[in-house]
Amino acid sequence: MIYIIYIALVFMILGLFFAGFRFIKGPTAGDRTVALDTLTTILVAGLVVLAYIFQRYIYLDVALVYAVLGFIGVIVIARYLEGAL
Amino acid sequence: MNTVYDIIGAVLILVGSIFLFLGGLGIFRMPDVYNRLQAGTKATTLGGMSTILGVGFLMVDTYWGWLVKAIIIVMFIAFSNPISSHALARAMYKRKRYPLITSDDENMDAYREVDENKKKEEAL
Repeated sequence: MIYIIYIALVFMILGLFFAGFRFIKGPTAGDRTVALDTLTTILVAGLVVLAYIFQRYIYLDVALVYAVLGFIGVIVIARYLEGAL
Repeated sequence: MNTVYDIIGAVLILVGSIFLFLGGLGIFRMPDVYNRLQAGTKATTLGGMSTILGVGFLMVDTYWGWLVKAIIIVMFIAFSNPISSHALARAMYKRKRYPLITSDDENMDAYREVDENKKKEEAL
């Protein structure tokens, strides 16, 4: 086990905190959707780091499925904001 | 214990997590939707790719499948993140939230004049 992974987790949690603040406060729907995109990507990296900490190979599949679902969600919200849906 | 793969993986994870933190900070600090898109998408793409590849390098001695699946996730992030950021910027521009411009350069948002003229012609 390499202890630098816990330093990485601290940085990711700080990034999640700032992006989550923008997700709650953001003035328009576009700001909230941008914050949701950032939160999804940080959470995918965090899930991979957690898979290393718990030494479970199968958790990488969870990260991949979460990346796909977050991407589809952001695309659908963007198309709705554009007025094409 | 400390092979060369461990050192590569640790450096990649540290750099990637710092870029993820900077992406979150940019989302929090930037003044405009487009600036937030820049900070929150580019920095987060690099940080996520670097962190996931680092975990793959750390575990490649135990089982090589970690590196293969990490490369699959990295390729998916590299393909999907620019698409979602482009769709968001396009949606925001079509909702007429134009970028904040403080300089006098008229070529910075040159499409805006075309857009407004088109709307005027449609109204006539």
